[in-house]
Amino acid sequence: MAGVVVFAEVKDGRLKKASREALSIGRKLAQTAGGDLVAFGVDRAAAEEAGRYGAKRLYVAPLTAYTTGPFTTALKQLVDQVKPSIVLLAGTSNGRDLAPRLAARLNVGVASDVDRLEWTGGKLRARRPVYSGKAFATVEVSSTPAMATTRPNAFTAEEAGGETAEVVQIAGPASDDKVKLIETKTAEAEELTIAEADIIVSGGRGLKEATNFSLIRDLAHAIGGAVGASRATVDAGWIDHQHQVGQTGRVVSPNLYIAAGVSGAIQHLAGMSSSEHIVAINKDPEAPIFRVADLGVVGDLFQIIPALTEAVKKAKAH
Amino acid sequence: MNSVVCIAQVPDTEARIKIADGRRIDETGLKFIVSPYDEFALEEAIRVKEAKGGDVTVVSFGPDRVQQALRECLARGATKALHIKGESGSADALGIAKTLAAAIRSVPHDLLFFGKQGVGTDNSLVGPMVAELLGYPQLNVVTHLEVGEGKITAHREIEGAEEILEASMPAVITAQKGLNEPRYASLKGIMAAKKITIETKTLPDLGLQESDIHHQRVTVVALELPPEKSGGRKIDGGDAATAAKEILKYIREEAKAL
Ligand SMILES: Cc1cc2nc3c(=O)[nH]c(=O)nc-3n(C[C@H](O)[C@H](O)[C@H](O)COP(=O)(O)OP(=O)(O)OC[C@H]3O[C@@H](n4cnc5c(N)ncnc54)[C@H](O)[C@@H]3O)c2cc1C
Repeated sequence: MAGVVVFAEVKDGRLKKASREALSIGRKLAQTAGGDLVAFGVDRAAAEEAGRYGAKRLYVAPLTAYTTGPFTTALKQLVDQVKPSIVLLAGTSNGRDLAPRLAARLNVGVASDVDRLEWTGGKLRARRPVYSGKAFATVEVSSTPAMATTRPNAFTAEEAGGETAEVVQIAGPASDDKVKLIETKTAEAEELTIAEADIIVSGGRGLKEATNFSLIRDLAHAIGGAVGASRATVDAGWIDHQHQVGQTGRVVSPNLYIAAGVSGAIQHLAGMSSSEHIVAINKDPEAPIFRVADLGVVGDLFQIIPALTEAVKKAKAH
Repeated sequence: MNSVVCIAQVPDTEARIKIADGRRIDETGLKFIVSPYDEFALEEAIRVKEAKGGDVTVVSFGPDRVQQALRECLARGATKALHIKGESGSADALGIAKTLAAAIRSVPHDLLFFGKQGVGTDNSLVGPMVAELLGYPQLNVVTHLEVGEGKITAHREIEGAEEILEASMPAVITAQKGLNEPRYASLKGIMAAKKITIETKTLPDLGLQESDIHHQRVTVVALELPPEKSGGRKIDGGDAATAAKEILKYIREEAKAL
């Protein structure tokens, strides 16, 4: 009974960033918990990259598009075979869908959306933000295996310089007759999503109207970031809910969070105050967003954002 | 068409969180609400009932205060309520799921609704766990639902895309914002709700061992508040060009993001 299994998701031929992060922390855990770091996936082309992030083997199930049933069955088979002490999934949509299903099937505990992990005293110890980041809980997962989903961006993806992971084909589960994937519709020209982005530029009601979100989009585009939004703008129908940051949106922790025309209501702050670097632009010097901002700019976003977009473009051109 | 909606009662999102003994939140003076995503779940179940008939049973596992949340759901249009008494706070997600699954077995159902996450614990675990325990398909983070004859079609939100899934019934649906616009309770609803008796059960009534539910698998060893952010520099942005230059400098030199 040893080792760490990580669900390695692939997108456009590369391991998802969140999966690379999960592999990286998985490798560290394997060093203390003992055993190998191995990956589970459906794409053998990921073997080289999984190896670089420290995976010794990549177990490949003959599956294609994600659906809950077959993926749970395949991963369950692998866990029964490998008997790991830890199973990690990145907190992506599919990771969050699969983890609870697998945990219930294995009758084990899972800590979700964790931002710290260590193996200590034969148990997995995890820290997770609760109350949307208003508090942190440290939990101990005492089952075997212990499971966790990792919060995107909370762990650093670090290559370990390992050799290509050995590919091991595993048997295919029966197809699922209860759920059928009919179609996947890609939204808005493959926009970068806030869950995984390193940089987020968010707009609030200070934008005054829907069309002014173009100011936020232009800056996000120039700087290579994702577009975030306050709930007020989502409720007003200016932008899709996928962009909402906060207690009833996404809780995010990018390296850089820029908020323009966002007042900083407690539910918004809960979703972004764990960001590494925060810049706020607001014309009201008393706006609560300034309490969490590392750099607060009191001024008119309609002047400052376009100027900043230009400055970023110029800086990038050099 | 019968639906069950599992609801969690959580601290008001406006609330400041205080810590009691290093492991739990201090509930004194804390206002509780129905978890916001559960409101979408309830609304959808009520709409299904309005279109197809049947019952909407709301179920909650927790201490006595959850009866308040159940009442509120009855006032909005749920037709039955079941309270499973117990300290849900000392159960992990699987313990809660086992409790709910056991309770649901005795309630007629075609559809089971949950919020996509309980606001506060932020686990996003219980709905899919119940689906697994009962052997049902799960449709997670749903923004649109159509209930047909013997099958349902759901739109599931994923990163930067949307999946359209078809499933057999019974099925578990976890509700995302956007699924609908929850209604408020009407005065008539509030009055009608007063006449409905909330059924109560205990873990032994459900044939469950306390020891499989409480203090198992995942236990909280510490609860802490995040370090106060000291608030950083504040500058005057009266001159946009200068402000832009300052921000750019910060982005490059401190965030190292360009
Ligand atoms: C149950 C519940 C859950 C919630 N969940 C969330 C959530 O997940 N996320 C979320 O964001 N909110 C959430 N909210 C809503 C939250 O309480 C606030 O209403 C919302 O965040 C306000 O959005 P805002 O900052 O865009 O708007 P406002 O509060 O209206 O702020 C607009 C700001 O723009 C500034 N401004 C105006 N013009 C300019 C200008 N020209 N230049 C610069 N600044 C300008 C103003 O000074 C003001 O500070 C929730 C509320 C509830 C009750």
